[in-house]
Amino acid sequence: MADHSPLIEVKNLKKYFKVPSGMNHAVDEVSFEICRGQTLGVVGESGCGKSTLGRTIIRLLEATDGNVYLHGEDITHVKGHQLKQAREKMQIVFQDPYSSLNPRLRIESTIMEPLKYSGRYSSKKKMREEANRLMELVGIDERLRQSFPHELDGGRRQRVGIARALALHPDFVVCDEPVSALDVSIQAQVLNLLMDLQEQMGMAYMFVTHDLSVVRHIANDILVMYLGQAVEKAPTEELFHRTLHPYTKALLSAIPSTDIHKPMQRIRLKGEITSPINPKPGCRFAARCPYAAEQCRQPQQLTEILPDHFVKCCRCREINGL
Amino acid sequence: MKKTEKTTYSLDFMRRLLKGWSSRLGFILLALIILLCLFGPFLSPYGVNDIDLQNMYTGPCMAHWFGCDAMGRDILTRLLYGGRYSLLLGLSSALLAAVLGIIFGVVAGYFGGKIEAFIMRFMDIWSALPGMLLCIMISAFMGAGFFATVIALTVGNIPGGVRMTRGQVLAERKKEYIEAAESINGSKMAIMFRHLLPNVVQPMIIITTMSIGSMITMAASLSYIGLGIQPPTPEWGAMLADGRVYIRNYPFLITFPGLAIALTVLALNLLGDGLRDALDPKLRD
Repeated sequence: MADHSPLIEVKNLKKYFKVPSGMNHAVDEVSFEICRGQTLGVVGESGCGKSTLGRTIIRLLEATDGNVYLHGEDITHVKGHQLKQAREKMQIVFQDPYSSLNPRLRIESTIMEPLKYSGRYSSKKKMREEANRLMELVGIDERLRQSFPHELDGGRRQRVGIARALALHPDFVVCDEPVSALDVSIQAQVLNLLMDLQEQMGMAYMFVTHDLSVVRHIANDILVMYLGQAVEKAPTEELFHRTLHPYTKALLSAIPSTDIHKPMQRIRLKGEITSPINPKPGCRFAARCPYAAEQCRQPQQLTEILPDHFVKCCRCREINGL
Repeated sequence: MKKTEKTTYSLDFMRRLLKGWSSRLGFILLALIILLCLFGPFLSPYGVNDIDLQNMYTGPCMAHWFGCDAMGRDILTRLLYGGRYSLLLGLSSALLAAVLGIIFGVVAGYFGGKIEAFIMRFMDIWSALPGMLLCIMISAFMGAGFFATVIALTVGNIPGGVRMTRGQVLAERKKEYIEAAESINGSKMAIMFRHLLPNVVQPMIIITTMSIGSMITMAASLSYIGLGIQPPTPEWGAMLADGRVYIRNYPFLITFPGLAIALTVLALNLLGDGLRDALDPKLRD
């Protein structure tokens, strides 16, 4: 199903924010690619730049440096008509279904918005038909089309958000923690909907989350971020079975175990997350890493330790006995 | 199909507007005042500017329900006729100020940066001048008359609206639905006026309905110093100002225009509250 020319390619993407005390390195030198029909899960703790990464890729934020290629075309700094075209191919599903819908627009109008701005539809009637088709696609009852967002529950609202994102048949969708604001019972429904839609329409997802069980369920590859940097990237099962980076190990050890014969062996990290403002060169995790050594102060490279398994840690081989 | 949806929406809106007793009272009161001002003068046996020196300062009686003023003119007739000017002045200047305030506020809040700094600093300078002084300056510059008065009243009320709206926009534009509108290629105009505007106007609606009353009294001050609507054309504020001198001997001279203004402001405030609730989709049952 998946052809192997990357649909979206991110190269050394950087996004810095100017803050009073210096530069906040929210995203620093992140690179990856996603093929058609594939899902990349991006995990990391709060404030590590996952959401900023997604927003920068789809051009809601302007990249400081680096490039984003969509279908091989550099879209990092395109403007006007080209930007409009690029945005139609890249969409986003937001985390909070309460603030991501305009409270004054009816469901149908919200879904019709992208159709209207695209200028592809000649009449309101056709737009309405398409909106109804989309509502059916994401499983919103037709009777709700004249409702306002606050009259819907979280799951339905998120479905509206998904319908809006899919309205123009994008190739790439950033899912910015789309289920973290939902009840557990609804989470599964929305996740399955997203996976079904991917199967039908063949989109690529970048799935941002801090929920590791969710990402295991949905992603083909996983990118682990720490303080704006990618620290480990591998196919999902590989990452879960052969975790190489000390941070990822700590992160995965926090997943509760359901097997009473295998109690959790939690790796507890000491200290606070270091500030992303004007970070020192070298490994950003070093301050909390149990294996930190002198060479960790040197700038680190994301290297392919095992096939398809990239790690940003100079002591990786040593620690894991490879 | 579409037609019926539209009508049911406006019907629904009216139903919600008139649901509470207070907004219903405000609506009825305002409708009554407007109707009286429109048709009242035709029913009166007296002319607006008919001087009757035998009836100077006549108190309320059967022939002159609200009494007569210093030139024997029937106060009720003048009140009804003058209401047209007062209401129109108050409404149009409050609305104009609100519209301009909202537009500048949304633009400043949405764009931020230099545009915002320019608009806001300009508004700072603007509001540093006392409103009344600004009014007098503009009236003096543009001359008397209805249109000039509307402009004079409007100008002093713009900065408050801009500030208010900008604050609302700053809170609203961080929400994800604005980002969503951007990601689906919504134009700046669409984002500002389709997405932001409906979510920030609520407080302005209240402020506007309340400011109508103060506009009417401000128009009165203008006519008092010889600007604004010119005598002998009656206008509530001007009537109030005229009668002020005789407040001890003939209190009815100011009682009735005062009551008219107070009732109008009350009606507008009640209606304004109802309007805010009716426009909020979250309060729909």
